[in-house]
Amino acid sequence: MSATLQTAPFDPGQLLTAFSAGREETGAIASFTGLARAERGQTTALELEAYEGFTDVEIARIVNAAIQRFGLQDAMVVHRVGAIAPGEAIVFVACAAAHRRAAFEACDHLMDWLKSRAPFWKKEHGPDGARWIEPTDRDRTDAARWDRENEQ
Amino acid sequence: MARVLLFGRFADLAGWREKTIEVATLGDLRALLSSDPLLAEALAGPSVQIAVDKVLVRGDVALTALSEVAFLPPMSGG
Repeated sequence: MSATLQTAPFDPGQLLTAFSAGREETGAIASFTGLARAERGQTTALELEAYEGFTDVEIARIVNAAIQRFGLQDAMVVHRVGAIAPGEAIVFVACAAAHRRAAFEACDHLMDWLKSRAPFWKKEHGPDGARWIEPTDRDRTDAARWDRENEQ
Repeated sequence: MARVLLFGRFADLAGWREKTIEVATLGDLRALLSSDPLLAEALAGPSVQIAVDKVLVRGDVALTALSEVAFLPPMSGG
């Protein structure tokens, strides 16, 4: 398991290659890469703030919970902090499992949790200045989906 | 005395991100920070969380010179 916060850009392809290497008992690896959007020129940069020693601990907890819930063999998250330009990768998630369903679902679940529960503060910089972003209703309902499944 | 950290829009409102402040309790610290009306309104908002030594707390707690208090605005997710 690994959960990393970093200011430096990363190459999702390299991360996936490294994560996939030497896995003789793994049948499926699903991955997700989130990119910063330009929002038709309205966003010139994203600024992501984290609380060191708090945000990373919470992300590790989220990743470990996903490993338990989906019976994964391994999972990794790399998340950018600081200033991120449109087109750059913000987040990379990869899940390794014996079979594909668990790997797909775990990636989806991990992203819903990261979007709604990870302690980040996000600022969008655009031509008209900067504004802080709060979670959308969609982010909350995406995450709540998993709570409902848990109750069934 | 405590090391006080402000995150997100709280830091923008206050004009600082980190400061050492002489107070004995979290309640005293909140009262002191609330002398700035804009910051007071922001800190009183819903979904605001406070961490002392990186653990979320509710209500009042005693602070020491080594305490780290973080005021966390609603989180925006990754």
